Amino acid sequence: MLSPGLNRRVIARRRERGLFLLAVPALLLLGVLFAWPVLRLLAMSVEGGTLEHFRKAALDGLYVSVLLESMKVAGMVTAICLVLAYPVAFWLSRAGRLGLALGMFALLLPFWTSVLVRTYAWLVLLGRNGVINRALRDWGWIEVPLPLLHNMTGVLIGMVHVLLPYMVLPIYASLLRIDPDLPRAAEGLGAPAWRAFLRVTFPLSLPGVSAGCALIFVLSLGFFITPALLGGGRVIMVSMLIEQQVREFLNWPFAAALSTVLLVATLAIYALIGRLTRGSRLATH
Amino acid sequence: MRRTRRRSAGNIVLGIFAAAVFAFLLLPLLVVFPISLSSAAYLQFPPPGYSWQWYQRYLDDPSWIEATLRSVQVATLCTVLAMALGVPLAFFLVRSRFPGVRVLDRVTAAPIIVPTIILSIALYGVFARLQLIGAWYGLAVAHAVLALPFVVILVSAGLRGFDEAQEQAAAGLGATWPRIIWRVTLPQLRPSLVSAAFLSFISSFDELVVAMFLSGASMTLPKKMFDNILMEIDPTIAAVSVLQILLVSVALGLTSLFGRGALTTTITR
Amino acid sequence: MQLSVQRIVRRFGPVAALGGVDLEVAEGEFLTILGPSGSGKTTLLKAIAGFEIPDEGTVLLGGEDVTLAPPRQRDVGMVFQNYALFPHLTVAQNVAFPLEMRRRPRAEVARRVEDVLRLVELQSFGGRLPRQLSGGQQQRVALARAVVFGPRLLLLDEPFGALDRKLRESLQLEVRRLQRSLRLTTLFITHDQEEALIMSDRIAVMDKGRIQQIGLPGDLYARPATRFVADFLGESNLLEGTASAASASIPGFGEVPLAAPQPAGPVTLLLRPEALRLGGEVEALPCRARGTVVETVFLGLSAKLRLRLQDGPEVLARVPLRPSAPPPAAEGEVVTVGFSPEDVHVVPRA
Repeated sequence: MLSPGLNRRVIARRRERGLFLLAVPALLLLGVLFAWPVLRLLAMSVEGGTLEHFRKAALDGLYVSVLLESMKVAGMVTAICLVLAYPVAFWLSRAGRLGLALGMFALLLPFWTSVLVRTYAWLVLLGRNGVINRALRDWGWIEVPLPLLHNMTGVLIGMVHVLLPYMVLPIYASLLRIDPDLPRAAEGLGAPAWRAFLRVTFPLSLPGVSAGCALIFVLSLGFFITPALLGGGRVIMVSMLIEQQVREFLNWPFAAALSTVLLVATLAIYALIGRLTRGSRLATH
Repeated sequence: MRRTRRRSAGNIVLGIFAAAVFAFLLLPLLVVFPISLSSAAYLQFPPPGYSWQWYQRYLDDPSWIEATLRSVQVATLCTVLAMALGVPLAFFLVRSRFPGVRVLDRVTAAPIIVPTIILSIALYGVFARLQLIGAWYGLAVAHAVLALPFVVILVSAGLRGFDEAQEQAAAGLGATWPRIIWRVTLPQLRPSLVSAAFLSFISSFDELVVAMFLSGASMTLPKKMFDNILMEIDPTIAAVSVLQILLVSVALGLTSLFGRGALTTTITR
Repeated sequence: MQLSVQRIVRRFGPVAALGGVDLEVAEGEFLTILGPSGSGKTTLLKAIAGFEIPDEGTVLLGGEDVTLAPPRQRDVGMVFQNYALFPHLTVAQNVAFPLEMRRRPRAEVARRVEDVLRLVELQSFGGRLPRQLSGGQQQRVALARAVVFGPRLLLLDEPFGALDRKLRESLQLEVRRLQRSLRLTTLFITHDQEEALIMSDRIAVMDKGRIQQIGLPGDLYARPATRFVADFLGESNLLEGTASAASASIPGFGEVPLAAPQPAGPVTLLLRPEALRLGGEVEALPCRARGTVVETVFLGLSAKLRLRLQDGPEVLARVPLRPSAPPPAAEGEVVTVGFSPEDVHVVPRA
């Protein structure tokens, strides 16, 4: 007869096997329709054993400038979102029940509304004869319509609108995790409210800030619909370039090379910000 | 005295700022309401008069209705798949002591991080070879890949917050594993499950980039809207937008009723 | 039903959470496992309930080997530390749960749920959800759920930990009453020695994965088998000295006669604080010492004094108080304390 200990290990192994069987269908789906196709695409970039496509992506001024422009857009969107989101998250973290409910509704309703609906609405609002320009002209504030659409301004407005909740919610969550007695204690120890905020509350909320920044930067880098519709061809993102290469030129290897560059940049930035987050978390504990 | 006043002044500024941001978030959703009721054929604001003609046109146009129904169909299958695969996966990721489980956790979240355009053209290549371009169920399966991480994140969060002593208690009281999961665990995960299903449905219903590549000639609602925005911009799309906003509001209300707060956890984690 | 645990060993890596535990619980007995956290008592309970399978040893329930049986086949009722009531089920549904799992007919389920809820005086609370009850009521629901299916054994895992003192005391009595009326073999786990002394037929003191001593509460208190038991159960003065045949030399007190001769060498004597006397009666006692009162704590019916003995250690004395009597001694005062040699217990050396 086996000892109880051996039996326990057999039971534990059976349990692990059972749990793993639960994961198999999902892992199959991810393997067959995510990992494999993506890796296959990436492999296409070096088809024929040549780095020619990467050289083209790295040396041709057009592609380099698109990549830089994408980075610039992602950075600006992240910065604007942070500036707008932090005060809102802070306000939400101290709001009463009604304020919180209304604020969450205002955040989540656009969040769940189709990006197309929102982009369409911005077209209506920002166009030469759009709601905003017309109102400003009717009130006599301007004579020539402001260029709000089909340029960088339009793209930034549209993207910030789509991504803002991704910044507010993590910051809000990390603010909620801070014991409200901590800033109170700092004030009790003689710090003015703003210093208590700077020295205690803000550093403790950094994990949420960096989580939000990482997510927004990475998501904006791959954005496609909003810049395509609101940029009017004047703002070109890498993803639009990739689409064009596949759709119009059927140049799969080059699209694959661009995809590789985009993916590597995305993962690198995500890992980098993740590392910074962990550092700041260590510092706060 | 002075101090409290200054602080409340700061609070007022903060409140005004927050209100302005909320207005910025809601403004685009509000503006489509009057336009959808416009009597003018072109985009005009404020509308010269009011009518239901654009709703009428949406309902009378078989191509709009067909696209809507196809999107509902795709989103439903996507939800069923994402839930059927994602909920068991979440159990594995939370409960297993297998050392590689943390790596798998990361891999599962990857479809959120990897730019959609990359996944789209990657799948385009595979689907073209399998002659699945244009098949609604093919699109639904692809959407399930995108919805899976949301389901896993939400259900895992629910499972981590679940007190496992409850399962022990149930086992001690005589319940078998399937009955423990069905009677004790899943009912308590309901908020997470409801939110996960809602999220899967909406994420598929709104998805455009993958659909642009995989749906071929058969239109989904987002694709039809995209084309409409590029081509004509008549207020029909405003009517469609209003219907979508109302749908989301109702669903949001229902989920917050049954899904107590679980929705926000997806984005906060 | 009778429970027998034989040579149970459970190792977690290099640490032995249970290092060969033997335990016999008689039918209808209320036995308490008393020990500090980390002593292995929870692991032992889990092994008996079936949530943990030991590395070695056997668990016998009514003579049947259940060492490897899954929890659901053991028919053991358990009350968890935080009750583990199902929050989505009503009180009645919670209590009905074990009966439903056993596929009892509906009428029987209803009748037994009603009976047991009456037994714990919650008959009108069947329709409520657990979160609508107070802590004490939740505890009683957990108890009802654990006994409704007529378990062979009842396990209580620190069930009073989350309750305030007054409620705890009344529930302790109620649990005891219920256990006696149902004649349920019960294993109770706690780290609270007072609770153990109040409730148990017998107490087993656990430390470092082993049972240090098992016996009647009075025996354990008066004659602890190890230093750990002496220290853990009640307050104690452990006096270190040197034995020579029939007496021991204790710093401060001098020569103390021993009831049984001890081998020459170091010896530890246990003197409970209430055995240390103060005031007039001390003169008649053979063992005396002078000391300074360092601290006085009033405890209602008695006072606790900490004294530093001249040429000796610090000791605790607990003296009874009469309502109108003056305090026995003020802090800083020098007094004489003494004890009778019969009140001394020699703690065996490990």
